Amino acid sequence: MSAPSTAEAPAFVAKTKGGSITDFVDQRVGGSGILREFGRKVFPDHWSFMFGEVALYSFVILLMSGTFLTFFFDPSMVETHYAGSYTPLKNVEMSAAFNSSLNISFDVRGGLFMRQVHHWAALLFVASIGVHMLRVFFTGAFRKPREMNWVVGGVLLILAMAEGFTGYSLPDDLLSGNGLRIIDGVIKAIPVIGTYISFFLFGGEFPGTAIIGRLYMLHILLVPALILLMIVLHLFMVVVHKHTQYPGPGRNDGNVVGYPLGPVYAAKAGGFFFIVFGVIALMAGFFTINPIWNYGPYDPSPVSAGTQPDWYIGFVDGALRLMPGVIGNFHFEYVIFGHVLTLNVLLPALVPAGIIFTVLFTYPWIERWITKDNREHHVLDRPRNAPTRTAIGVAGFTWYCVMWAAASSDLIATNFHVSLNDVTYWLRALFFIGPVIAFFVTKRVALALQRKDREIALHGRETGRIVRLPHGEFIEVHAPLSEYKRYKLVGFESPAPLPAVPNEHGIVDRKEKRRAMLSRLFFEDRVAPATPAELEAAHGHHEAIESAEAQKTLSH
Amino acid sequence: MKALSQKRRHPLAAIALLLMGLLVTGGLYAVATTVNQAKADTTSFNASDVGEGGKLFAANCATCHGMGASGSQAGPSLVGVGAAAVDFQVGTGRMPMQMNGPQAYKKPAQFNETQTKQLAAYVASLGPGPSIPEEGLLDEKGNAAAGGELFRTNCAMCHNAAAAGGALTRGKFAPALADVSGKHIYEAMVTGPQNMPVFNDANVSPEGKRDIITFLKQIEANGSPGGADLGALGPTSEGLFVWIAGLGVIIAFTIWLTSRTS
Repeated sequence: MSAPSTAEAPAFVAKTKGGSITDFVDQRVGGSGILREFGRKVFPDHWSFMFGEVALYSFVILLMSGTFLTFFFDPSMVETHYAGSYTPLKNVEMSAAFNSSLNISFDVRGGLFMRQVHHWAALLFVASIGVHMLRVFFTGAFRKPREMNWVVGGVLLILAMAEGFTGYSLPDDLLSGNGLRIIDGVIKAIPVIGTYISFFLFGGEFPGTAIIGRLYMLHILLVPALILLMIVLHLFMVVVHKHTQYPGPGRNDGNVVGYPLGPVYAAKAGGFFFIVFGVIALMAGFFTINPIWNYGPYDPSPVSAGTQPDWYIGFVDGALRLMPGVIGNFHFEYVIFGHVLTLNVLLPALVPAGIIFTVLFTYPWIERWITKDNREHHVLDRPRNAPTRTAIGVAGFTWYCVMWAAASSDLIATNFHVSLNDVTYWLRALFFIGPVIAFFVTKRVALALQRKDREIALHGRETGRIVRLPHGEFIEVHAPLSEYKRYKLVGFESPAPLPAVPNEHGIVDRKEKRRAMLSRLFFEDRVAPATPAELEAAHGHHEAIESAEAQKTLSH
Repeated sequence: MKALSQKRRHPLAAIALLLMGLLVTGGLYAVATTVNQAKADTTSFNASDVGEGGKLFAANCATCHGMGASGSQAGPSLVGVGAAAVDFQVGTGRMPMQMNGPQAYKKPAQFNETQTKQLAAYVASLGPGPSIPEEGLLDEKGNAAAGGELFRTNCAMCHNAAAAGGALTRGKFAPALADVSGKHIYEAMVTGPQNMPVFNDANVSPEGKRDIITFLKQIEANGSPGGADLGALGPTSEGLFVWIAGLGVIIAFTIWLTSRTS
């Protein structure tokens, strides 16, 4: 760089006008370097890797449709009388928020479609986050170095639920008002400070005249900004860590096998955005969601039958429905120094959700502590190859589903013509027994699948061809697997229990004993992958059969 | 006046006062209760209706409700339930009951209109009760918005805000109200069939009932402006739909998009 380069350097001269503009921009912002770096980034291809993308695209769709809705929505609780075109509500007293929501639905061109796009996209947003997290959990993708990204994902789930709930309450209709009242009840059940929080939140006694405006600010400003921040962090870490991959030949913890981002993957991902948008648009066009005109304006006195929250809050509502008021003579309400402690609201509203999120956030560290596994993992586990983890996941999911179903206990009763009381009793029992059954069944199924894999790796695939040997014995011919397929069945880690190890003072402390016990629980039942020696032995056995077959052909 | 004040210490004065008090209270009560009581409807039924109805009753209903509709262990007395109750229960097929259970199910009516009318005439002749509503209350030309407010306050907690029905305890339920005739809705309100409370005329005026029927018929005729209503079951059906149909279609697409590689 000693000589002035302007004259001598073989300067790139663009041939077209577009080329020269691109070159001008590139020389100033250096886009080509970024593109070269990111364009070569490799992503493995598997359908289950795309749910995070679905969530991201749903969020983009939410931003776009939400912006449209803000043009017409009035977040005010000023009383007004409806004068729009839906006659069954003509002249009914309502808040300006409900009035403007009705106007969006019936008098703004395309308004109802946009409302439905926004709501369906919201349901899909949280659902795809949920499925994405299940995929990450069951494949062990949360292991080092991705523990922090797992936590960021968990925070995103909570933020998405908060964003959903604040949005659900905005139209100020009867259904969402009932939901808000339940939240108010839960807040008021918090000892000592509950009533103060409630009065602070609602600006006085429920429902007050402030809550819609406050929820609106949270819904369109604070929570989306936090979600955006978390998405940036989440994607940044994906780039830093690189993507995980399923086990397969040529794949290990040191490489990533897949397609580069550009052009194939970028094109696929771009197209996938429009597919997600299309699916949401079709749902919004053909299926109604949250028909607020049916529910009518919020009024604290009526409560409609079949009142449920949106699906992602359902498990909390279900837990509240399952909680008995009294058991025999045992009450859950106490008066302590003039303060009422309402455990029959507080326990179901906070404890199950608290347990689920605590386990969710801490699980990577729990497993790391038990396995003492401090290595980086970029190759995923097939769920069957981690039977205990899979069983824990299914047990947790079962527990969630029991509470989820309980939120619809009335609809289960009417649609299946059973007693509401019986539905509640069964779900109460399943609340305790369901996860236990799910744990053991899942663990056994996973181990059985591992045994099947081992069997196939050793003896090949059953062909269904039965052969009679010269001495009269019948055998089924097994076709050997290709190397590639066999790799998938044998190339996995199968950790054995780690016994307790004394610490530097030569003492096995209580914590270490507990860890050893959990390690035994995790890995006691294990099916080790077939070793090369075993494969060799099995192979010899098959050759014997094949020669016997050849003999038979000759004897004919 | 002087005569009255002179006789106020007469030995029978207290009894006379008591009688007077009882008469006034009783009279007021009678006036108050007639507000709730449909007039015993005898004009539209003739003696032969009552006679034929009695025969039908003895053949089809008396097994449970007893001869003379005086009730038995299997069924309640029908004295004083009125023609409206018979028209509702028999007209919607709930009676004769399909089977014993928490609640009688709606089914195709077993009696034709004439027979239903004769049964109603017979039961109405046993004692005064709510009568079959006049046509004027069923014209569906009331105030739908006012009816909607009444419906949300009085009916929605069991029948759902969109009249899609809901669960009650121990297998009982509030049915969906689509395809129920205005007459049967009115009769249900005044007689309180099955587990439904009675909404008498002091509670919801006849005009209010007319408004409710207008509202229900109007939302039924409006259909669902936003597309298929998924059973009008609210967030549960919406959640099921997005998980099964929405995510299902998207999973199909993800499999298609990634199917070229192994």
